Amino acid sequence: MKFIDEFRDGKLASGLAAAIRQAARDDRDYHFMEFCGGHTHAIARYGVSDLLPRRVRLIHGPGCPVCVLPIGRIDMAIRLASESGVTLCSYGDPLRVPASGGLSLLKAKAALSRKSGAGGEIRMLYSGADALALAQQQPARQVVFFAIGFETTTPPTALLIKQAQALGLKNFSVLCCHVLTPSAIASILESPEVRRWGTVRLDGFIGPAHVSTIIGTRPYEFFAGEYRKPVVIAGFEPLDVMQAILMLIKQVNAGQALVENEFSRAVTRDGNRKAQQLVCEVFELRRSFAWRGLGELPYSALKIRREFADFDAERRFAVAYQAVDDHPACECGAVLRGVKRPQECRIFGSVCTPENPVGSCMVSSEGACAAHYSFGRFADAVVAP
Amino acid sequence: MSAGRPGYVRPLDLKRGVVDLTHGSGGRAMAQLIDELFARRLGNAYLRQGNDAALLPMPPGRLVMSTDGHVVSPLFFPGGDIGCLAVNGTINDVAVLGATPLYLAAGFILEEGFPLADLARIVDSMAGAANAAGVPVVTGDTKVVERGAGDGVYITTTGVGVVADGDDFSGDRARPGDRIIVSGTIGEHGMAIMAQRESIGFAAQIVSDTAALHGLIAAMRASGAAIRALRDPTRGGVATTLNEIARQSGVGMMLQESALPVQPEVAAACEFLGLDPLYVANEGKLLAIVAAADADALLAAMRAHPLGQRAALIGSVHADPHHFVQMTTALGGRRIVDWLAGEQLPRIC
Repeated sequence: MKFIDEFRDGKLASGLAAAIRQAARDDRDYHFMEFCGGHTHAIARYGVSDLLPRRVRLIHGPGCPVCVLPIGRIDMAIRLASESGVTLCSYGDPLRVPASGGLSLLKAKAALSRKSGAGGEIRMLYSGADALALAQQQPARQVVFFAIGFETTTPPTALLIKQAQALGLKNFSVLCCHVLTPSAIASILESPEVRRWGTVRLDGFIGPAHVSTIIGTRPYEFFAGEYRKPVVIAGFEPLDVMQAILMLIKQVNAGQALVENEFSRAVTRDGNRKAQQLVCEVFELRRSFAWRGLGELPYSALKIRREFADFDAERRFAVAYQAVDDHPACECGAVLRGVKRPQECRIFGSVCTPENPVGSCMVSSEGACAAHYSFGRFADAVVAP
Repeated sequence: MSAGRPGYVRPLDLKRGVVDLTHGSGGRAMAQLIDELFARRLGNAYLRQGNDAALLPMPPGRLVMSTDGHVVSPLFFPGGDIGCLAVNGTINDVAVLGATPLYLAAGFILEEGFPLADLARIVDSMAGAANAAGVPVVTGDTKVVERGAGDGVYITTTGVGVVADGDDFSGDRARPGDRIIVSGTIGEHGMAIMAQRESIGFAAQIVSDTAALHGLIAAMRASGAAIRALRDPTRGGVATTLNEIARQSGVGMMLQESALPVQPEVAAACEFLGLDPLYVANEGKLLAIVAAADADALLAAMRAHPLGQRAALIGSVHADPHHFVQMTTALGGRRIVDWLAGEQLPRIC
């Protein structure tokens, strides 16, 4: 495949690996957090860690939109279908996230389809545009799009709402669960494990690829300046990740804390202004939003502006968020904060597997637990001599 | 079986007619459907016996038998349709045990309202595949369900074959040191279905690889190579099939990502849809586990056959109490090639 295989090339990788070995000092360790699930997936799928010296350690971050959704948000989506009788449209991954009462969207979907004459239904789709098309085809049904994701997926949702308004649709709305990357990074940096106790060492961040195409590199300058942590924005291909690691090591060695852009083929300092404007027009900051693992974070998510209230499912159907505790044995929270590695969770791989996920990090292929289980667990196996 | 003189029979309308409930009722309409649509196309001496079961001659050897339900959606896809798929799939299940496939039985579940023209096309395709493979459909059954209770047509085929005493291929015979060979490029069937289903117009059309593999297998046996196991990597793809063999044999495996044969169109389509070709279904490929010393000879024999031209050595078997299938990635790292979790593509075959 042109323009893709080049970023997965074994020869280039071994060259980069040699450069990393050479750059990494022997007398210290390097702890870098890859923020995005996209990076976590690439690292596990291509075995990037195998090419790194032991003293370079990667810590998985919270940048997987499915993983950070709290149970209460999934519950809201289920209630919209089962109690308000809407057609709830969701991407595939959120369907399998465990919700309250032993339910998930997938189980609720099956239950609703068995109940003949029940008003609500749950559908899986690949694009929000499909939800809008469905609303146009079925004017008698209320269609709700379960909008999740970081800044990458926010502009398309804004566009959907604008289109729905232009079409004068009365049966389309959005359950908005869009969250903001800089808030999550700030929360990690402010966490007691990093800031006070020092139990989680962070020497730098591999910054998001796709998110940064929208927001640019400027928002990270605060972290570099204020917290003295280098940030290298990197693409989602394995060589991107390795190049970013090399750049971070060099910064750490030089005592620098800059925002650098490895993903210059797609990311600029200012990002996509047009998309940012569109998002501003439709959304505003929520005063507070509950994240799985990170808790309630002020100004960390978006809600739909009053001007577009007709398209806000939370307003239209009066569903409110209710906090629900995670499974007591599940360590997703600690995994998302970088405090624990997936294999340090007691139920990892025994009770919690991709077939029967207990926590959200085992659901999406970008989740740290799913990535480690599916691609990397051979490294944990104790092989008899 | 048709009643009365030819002039009194109103022939089936194969242009505009549809399946109705009488076609499954056991009455005249069903007899007519069998005569005019099924028997005429699939015709052979055994089917023409017209009894409830076929009476068949048996060559010496042990009997091998397999059955497979086919529910693929869409029914017609680039490179094939449910008809030839149902024939080839069952022939392959019999053939990978090293058997010579002899006969097929076919059970149809039709949905009321299904166009007879489409049914004729499907049965034509079955007949074509059965003739090409030299494995006749010798008995069958037709049932009709109400509109909405099915999805056009489902076909179950059962195949029988014989295998001589002595040389058994079995998934529990892989041993450390053995080599793993795939008979050609992977992932075409699943991606052909997926592209059709999602109406994704890729520049180059991906065509299903559906094919009967008993000819290739005969050529492989003739090479004299010490073959331990053969299996066709259908649902769940190469990854799932190798995990099955690893578990059955109690061994581990190591694949080389750079050795996996994948057509560029399939690789691109998988990339686009976020799928992994290792997990995508094949309908005309097989995996062979072979003694290391015979790997080259087997590979040469496979490449000399039209269905094995792109056969490739993709990995080896080693001792591993965890039975992991692992892969050295093109990047140079290592990862697990796990069992398929969940359903990647429903109703693929």
